[in-house]
Amino acid sequence: MATTPSSAQVVVIGAGITGNSLSYHLAELGWTDIVQLDKGPLPNPGGSTGHASNFIFPVDHSREIADITRDSVRQYKEMGVFTESGGIEVARTEARMEELRRRMSSARAWGIDSRMVTPEEVHELVPYLDPSVIIGGFYTPSVGVVDSVRAGTIMRERAIDKGALTVVPNAEVTGLTVENGAITGVQTTQGDITAETVVIACGVWSPKVARMAGARIPLTPAVHQMISVGPIPILAERPGEISYPIIRDMDTFCYERQTGSDMEVGSYGHRAILHEPEEIPSLDQAKLSPTEMPFTSDDFDPQLEQALELMPQILGDESAEIRYAINGLLSLTVDGVAALGETPEVKGLWSAAAVWIKEGPGTGRAVAELMTRGWSEIDISNSDIARFYEHQLTREQVRLRTDESFIKTYGIVHPSEQFLSGRDLRLPPMYAAEKELGAVFFEAAGWERPQWYASNEGLLGEYGDAVMPRENEWDSRWWSPIINAEHLAMRERAALVDLTAFCIFDITGPRAMEAVQGIIVAQADVPIGKVIYTPVLDTNAGFRSDLTVMRLAHDHYRVVTGGAHGMADKKWFADHLPPDGSAQLTDLTSAWTTVGLWGPRAVDIIGSLTDDDISKESLKFSNCREIELGNLPVLASRISYVGEFGWEFYTPVGYGAALWNRLHEAGRPHGLVPAGIGVYATTGRLEKGYRAYGPELDAERSLFEVGMERKKLKAADFVGKAAYEKQAAGPVETVLCMLTVDDHTSASGIKRYMLGGEPILAADGSALTDGHGRHPYVTTAGSAPSLGKHLLMAFLPPDQAVVGNRLSVSYMEELYPVTVATTDATSPFDPDNNRLRGRV
Amino acid sequence: MTNVLVCIKRVPDSSEAVTLTPDGRAVDGRYSGYTMSPHEECAIEIAASVAGATGGTVTVLTLGTDEAEEQLRYALSVGAKDAILIEGDPDDFGPRDVADAIAEAIRTREADGTPVDLVLVGNDAADTGDFQVGIRLAHLLGRPVCAGIKQVEVDGDVAVMTGDGPEGTEVYEVALPAVATILEGGVEPRYPSITGRMKARKAPVARVTPSGSPRGTGRVVLTVPAPPPSEVTVLGTGAAAAPAVVAMLKELGVTR
Amino acid sequence: MTLVLVEIEAGQVNLVSEEAVTFARSLGPELGEPLHALVLGPVDDAVQADCARLGVDVVYRATNPELERYAAAAWASALDQATTVSGATVIVASGSPRGTEVLAHLAARRDVPMAANVVSVTSAKPLHVSRQVVGGAALEEMDLSGPLGLFSVAGHAVEAVAADSPGDAVVTDIEADLTPDDLRAQLTRISVRESVDTGTLTKARVVVAGGRGAGSSEGFGDVEALAARLGGAVGASRVVTSLGWRPHHEQVGQTGSRITPDLYIACGISGAIQHWAGCASSKTILAINTDADAPMMTKADYAVVGDMHEVLPAILEELDKA
Repeated sequence: MATTPSSAQVVVIGAGITGNSLSYHLAELGWTDIVQLDKGPLPNPGGSTGHASNFIFPVDHSREIADITRDSVRQYKEMGVFTESGGIEVARTEARMEELRRRMSSARAWGIDSRMVTPEEVHELVPYLDPSVIIGGFYTPSVGVVDSVRAGTIMRERAIDKGALTVVPNAEVTGLTVENGAITGVQTTQGDITAETVVIACGVWSPKVARMAGARIPLTPAVHQMISVGPIPILAERPGEISYPIIRDMDTFCYERQTGSDMEVGSYGHRAILHEPEEIPSLDQAKLSPTEMPFTSDDFDPQLEQALELMPQILGDESAEIRYAINGLLSLTVDGVAALGETPEVKGLWSAAAVWIKEGPGTGRAVAELMTRGWSEIDISNSDIARFYEHQLTREQVRLRTDESFIKTYGIVHPSEQFLSGRDLRLPPMYAAEKELGAVFFEAAGWERPQWYASNEGLLGEYGDAVMPRENEWDSRWWSPIINAEHLAMRERAALVDLTAFCIFDITGPRAMEAVQGIIVAQADVPIGKVIYTPVLDTNAGFRSDLTVMRLAHDHYRVVTGGAHGMADKKWFADHLPPDGSAQLTDLTSAWTTVGLWGPRAVDIIGSLTDDDISKESLKFSNCREIELGNLPVLASRISYVGEFGWEFYTPVGYGAALWNRLHEAGRPHGLVPAGIGVYATTGRLEKGYRAYGPELDAERSLFEVGMERKKLKAADFVGKAAYEKQAAGPVETVLCMLTVDDHTSASGIKRYMLGGEPILAADGSALTDGHGRHPYVTTAGSAPSLGKHLLMAFLPPDQAVVGNRLSVSYMEELYPVTVATTDATSPFDPDNNRLRGRV
Repeated sequence: MTNVLVCIKRVPDSSEAVTLTPDGRAVDGRYSGYTMSPHEECAIEIAASVAGATGGTVTVLTLGTDEAEEQLRYALSVGAKDAILIEGDPDDFGPRDVADAIAEAIRTREADGTPVDLVLVGNDAADTGDFQVGIRLAHLLGRPVCAGIKQVEVDGDVAVMTGDGPEGTEVYEVALPAVATILEGGVEPRYPSITGRMKARKAPVARVTPSGSPRGTGRVVLTVPAPPPSEVTVLGTGAAAAPAVVAMLKELGVTR
Repeated sequence: MTLVLVEIEAGQVNLVSEEAVTFARSLGPELGEPLHALVLGPVDDAVQADCARLGVDVVYRATNPELERYAAAAWASALDQATTVSGATVIVASGSPRGTEVLAHLAARRDVPMAANVVSVTSAKPLHVSRQVVGGAALEEMDLSGPLGLFSVAGHAVEAVAADSPGDAVVTDIEADLTPDDLRAQLTRISVRESVDTGTLTKARVVVAGGRGAGSSEGFGDVEALAARLGGAVGASRVVTSLGWRPHHEQVGQTGSRITPDLYIACGISGAIQHWAGCASSKTILAINTDADAPMMTKADYAVVGDMHEVLPAILEELDKA
């Protein structure tokens, strides 16, 4: 019966934790006319927030999630709705103990107070837990529970009190109006609202609402089962909602969380039970709420047995009854990460979906900041909704991937773990040849991409221990010493690398130069044929990307960027083109393929294939030119990410297989090997000290901190320039360094190899803190076979960033000595770049 | 030692709006889920306490498809020891057919040497609301039956059954074997415990097939009447509405 | 022709039986006439007059003294004999517990179908009825054709009205031969209830009921106070009795009492269909709820948006002022 305003500055759809937080933060950031809708009643409109278990474990392997969670907890505490209970992840297996030690690594890296505990210590904290069932635990005292519905009410009320928010409950969105690719209004059962900014924050219903505007949010409603058992005397004895630590029984994918006199047992161990957003019942059709689906007890029964093993005393009590049991709906995305930001399809239509309770307030703040000023204090680009490729937006791919990943919610997931389902989608043109060579395919942006080649196994004998074999199963999972052998063969002879997964788009038109100039940091007004490697910054001068741009004509630029982040880069460029259409973006990702040829013998190999002069004198480093490889038209670009002389060859997809085959054939007499992305993305680049977007470069890092400050700043304006100039005047708070591991020997005598994410500590194991208050952690780890070293990259406090400084890295709760090797962008291998220049 | 047989039915759980199957011949419980009626939950509770007091056992029975095993398992988790599933599509079975099938199952069970002393059924099924299976069953078995019973105690060979009548609480003393149709409200049905639930997983469910073919329900079609349009007069919000409320009460003449 | 089972309460034909007779009469010449009735209880002049007023042509009086103590099977035996004597092809009872029970016994004796809670006859020949199922949330059209059509009439399906021209109400005795089996489940005793019972609830002119919004059993203080102030009875929703906040006999709804007060005040009750089934026949409904869009609020005649714990004290205060 509330009146629906006819217009608004912004409409927020959804009054769960995310929508409520968004409304609040938008109001805080100065938005004055916000309308928030929900199809259900308040304060609990019937979405996933209403039945959430509401507990928060702050430790996550992802820095983005850990930071957003930390911010959420801060906000929940400020609102007075957080109760600290402590929480313990318990292990029943040795493999899980290793995972808990990895959790310790992450806790140390993010500065969260956690510790490993013995079964007896767990028993002391949780007297009703049978310690004989477990072999250890990971205890975080700052785990707690929140009242997320109350928090939502508080946030809405604050925005209302500011005079900035009108809330309309019981208003279901029936349509979204889009004109010329931009949102213009929302239709609801309680009236229509015109608005140029609309945020979809309605959880499991988000895909359905987005489709009304022709936008796609690739999430699926999935079931999480939960029961409540009680009354339990030992729990009832203590006042309040929770007085014992929450237990996550990781190996059985269960948790046990006290709620008053009841114990709530939740499960992520059952089969993936997926629903369709269109098939979620209405409030009237549902028994409890639309997202509290009928409980399917058969799926839960095995979990009951396991819960009983862990807490026989209280859960085995005949008088403790299962008083509440639901299949609660929550949102899962195709890659397990939230979908945040403006949709690529519709200007002004934003998504804030697939957000958990622990992330709600932090996400609301970050998205509100993005909407207000274009950057957020916490970088949420991993969750950028613009990241998805077409196939990831299909219902089937979402189903396949969530079906496979549901069990990983409490699983032990290796950092390099690959999906098995939804594969074989994008096949590079040279796929058949690669398969023949025994390529082990990893997935990149939907492409099948060789990580290494079994056909190179023979090299292992050739290089012996120089391939730095790894004895430990975890260290060597999703890895092969063949990668290092391919690396050594490349440095010695030459390697051929499939780079089809590159994202490629052209910027063309009379104002193409001005457009590119305004987006990239480097000078865009360069001679035709020049290849520009450049950062791309946001308005706060944080990294949006790093990529290469080729000037192919006076009005034609070609942007080449990594597959993983390519779609977001494409949207960023598209968003910054002149509105009059004088520069246009064309996506060529699926039209072009790329093959890299590098190594000391590369010049000999190419010489046998072309009459064109692409000698180092003729086609200089950082230049490109169209050449003829026999009858194959190829754009040759003389750059390298592996520090060797050679080229990236671009050719239309149809010629790709022929290009590969000819290079491979021509290379045979020269000892050319096919090399996988293990070499390209890790060993080759690490030896050269090249930074990668994601691990090292992100929106929270400045060019100064990563050692990429400009010698000369161009005169032309570009996004982030003003902020960059401000950074230049300030102190450097943290320094990206390269470290070498001095001794890999663990206590058990087995050599261990870090994989990334581990905390860097002082030599004595004490914590280090940089000027941002962050603790150093390994951003990238990998072999440097040509150096015979395992290299680690990490941001260190400036006073620790001294070459030769001896520190330590903690891996699986053991300390290993490390030494700072470089404190700037200098390459550990071939620091003078002689190889790159063709001087070797 | 009183052996009690409780007859239950898998029915769509209640929700504000009833969803029908596309052919309009049945209620669709896919959104609300399935359950048994509160009458039957109380019947199980009564059965458990009678059997407990006399050293007898509780058997639960339903007529339904494989899916009805969910309700049988629930009953097994709250006091029943074994279960009988009469296989059949309940939409094909009218009250006469259901009574026939249950009577047959009871006769078979008794012929196999297990007496059934007390049969409890719900007062009426939550979906079809026929109000007659228990009474028809009693006639088929030649046993006495009381309807609308809220509490049962067994004293020797006599069941003392209590229910609400027009003039007060009515007590029937009935010689066993007997039948009662149970109305909710006299006992507090328990929820399953975890151990109960685990026992239920392992408890036996005998499957039987009715010998006759059903005569049918007579159902032609189901309809959900459209709710009348709201003609509500809002008298106000919060305490401020009190004068308007009192004015309305006066107009109705209900103030004294 | 039709035979109606008529129940007596306090020496008169009770309301639901009046409704059943009215319903039977409405079947018209094709099915409903002449109209015979078996009276479940003693027949005196007042009952006979009631029957006449309702248009009953023949009144059957069961004379067997064993019927004094209620036994459904015995009454079904009497109804069976009345059926034979009258030659009726349609047997109608009220949807009350007694009416439904006796009719079900007759259905079992004759092995014929029976329809419960009928709201209308959709076809006379073949006999099709529309009846409430799923607690009143849905209607079933049911084929009841056959030599004998048995059905009970849903409470308040029709409004009880006198016949345009009274019936003769000729009293005919039937002996009601009973077998020992008919008396095996015979009422042993009645323990008289406390003063507050369902009788109070179903007869009250005003019912003030509380739902989950009351919050606790203590939260019923204002409900009780308003009920007392208006001389009415206290009611409760199913969730409230399930939670043990109020006794079960106060439950209004499909599995509780169906009430017909002049005014029903629903406080903190969302109004699920099962509850609505019990209160829909109230003349006027006032709903008080924080959720303006709760079903109770949209279906009511009057609504107050707000917390019952704020609204009720204000109403009580206002009443004291007046």
